[in-house]
Amino acid sequence: MGDRPIIRVQHIVKSFGDVVAVNDVSFDVRPGEIFAFLGPNGAGKTTTIRMLTTLLHPTAGALELDGLDVTTHRTDVRKRFGVVFQDPSLDSELTAWENMDIHGVLYHVPRHARRERCELLLRMFELWERRDDLVKTFSGGMKRRLEIARGLLHTPKVLFLDEPTLGLDPQSRNQMWTHVRDVRAAEGVTVFLTTHYMDEADRVADRIAVIDHGRLVATGSSAELKTQTGTDSLEAAFLALTGTTIRDESATAADQMRQVARVWRGR
Amino acid sequence: MTVVYILWLREVKKYLRSRVQMVASLGAPLMYLGVLGFGLGPVFRRAGEGSYLQFMAPGVIGMTVLFTAMFSGIAMLWDRQFGFLKETLVAPVPRLAIMIGRTLGGATVAVLQGLLIFAATLVAGFRPLSVLAVPLAFLLIALIAIVFAALATAIGSSLKEMQGFQMVMNFFVMPLWFLSGALYPLTGLPAALTVLTRIDPLTYGVDGVRGLMLGTSHFGVAVDVGVLLAVGALFVAAGAWRFSKIEA
Ligand SMILES: Nc1ncnc2c1ncn2[C@@H]1O[C@H](COP(=O)(O)OP(=O)(O)OP(=O)(O)O)[C@@H](O)[C@H]1O
Ligand SMILES: [Mg+2]
Repeated sequence: MGDRPIIRVQHIVKSFGDVVAVNDVSFDVRPGEIFAFLGPNGAGKTTTIRMLTTLLHPTAGALELDGLDVTTHRTDVRKRFGVVFQDPSLDSELTAWENMDIHGVLYHVPRHARRERCELLLRMFELWERRDDLVKTFSGGMKRRLEIARGLLHTPKVLFLDEPTLGLDPQSRNQMWTHVRDVRAAEGVTVFLTTHYMDEADRVADRIAVIDHGRLVATGSSAELKTQTGTDSLEAAFLALTGTTIRDESATAADQMRQVARVWRGR
Repeated sequence: MTVVYILWLREVKKYLRSRVQMVASLGAPLMYLGVLGFGLGPVFRRAGEGSYLQFMAPGVIGMTVLFTAMFSGIAMLWDRQFGFLKETLVAPVPRLAIMIGRTLGGATVAVLQGLLIFAATLVAGFRPLSVLAVPLAFLLIALIAIVFAALATAIGSSLKEMQGFQMVMNFFVMPLWFLSGALYPLTGLPAALTVLTRIDPLTYGVDGVRGLMLGTSHFGVAVDVGVLLAVGALFVAAGAWRFSKIEA
């Protein structure tokens, strides 16, 4: 691995019609680190993840994951990352075990290894006892843990987590991060997460990139960001960098749809 | 191959587990069968067309298959935002395998629903020509299911908004059903209706099932199968193409 960044993003742009969701963003992620993408609603976090995970074509710029061009080597890139999307992507009519097993098949994990790894991860994420229960009976925190366990099943080099703690209570959030750190320690997986919780970025991440209105305004460790802005908290640093505080209130149409979905699915 | 199989299996498992949905989606066809089948029976007989129940039972089976198959594909809209679809789209497997697995799964579920409603028509008094006719007819029904599951995949992959679903149901799926000759004979129709019924692929499906189960068909079973195969190939290609273009 050496010093080569595991993720390299160079001058990436994504526009939807007139909306420029991601505007000339560049950053590197180092192997084995926990890297946080911090920004308010609509900043362009999810759009960046969708491009890095081969779901969206960038309008301009270059993306590399583990030395591979993301836009041209899709299949090879897909084998190398796991992802937990902002919106749920479990099959709630299937059991935890079945969700894991299908993932294993989709990623060509041989049957024997699949069983072992499913068990290992389900135990690690404290879901082993519930493996044969339908996912729709799970709590929000359990579903998140299951999604993370599933994303790790094929032993990826990078794990993308898009707002993984959104809607979880503080206890579940802490528990989740403990698990993620354990996995990183055990397997050396690089974690790329997005959040708009400042304290989370501060506590969990080795380095943070601050994104606002599609533009990257700063990258560095929490300490570096504070030094750079001459402030004593990440909160103040963020304010200095973006001129705003992060607020939850500006709910987008997608947020409203998510609300409806939660009610419908009893999530 | 395992990928196609596991995605197919997923659809079938889910179907077999959801007893409530299974029974609920039989409501509409059963109502048609009960109300129209018995209500219009006397008129139909007086017009010299024989038993209306015999005539419309294949139509109601066709209806069930159409609606179930279309629904499976259109459920994809929801699935794309809040469900399992994204998980498959980032997997290191060809989109084509995913599309085929899903579509075959949806088609299988539609055939199983068709079997259930077929059993219901038997209870209501429907009598196919022979026992042998039934498996043959269900081969054709499987073909109908694939045609519409593939069409639904094409539509589901193309729509962006959840609201599009109602539009498709009201202005597309309902007409497919009403224009299929499931409820009325294809002879002696007004010119416009004659043309429309001939454009509707379900027409050939229902006609073929009638041909196999009752021995009476308008176009002949060979023509019906030929048209369904051609349309099916077209829709599968369209579905695969649209599915490969999804950006999630
Ligand atoms: N498919 C799309 N079509 C049009 N605009 C889009 C699309 N996807 C995202 N956008 C817009 O791009 C911008 C960035 O959205 P994105 O989802 O990346 O933000 P985010 O940082 O993930 O926000 P959140 O915290 O709400 O998840 C927003 O203005 C959004 O409305
Ligand atoms: Mg987002």
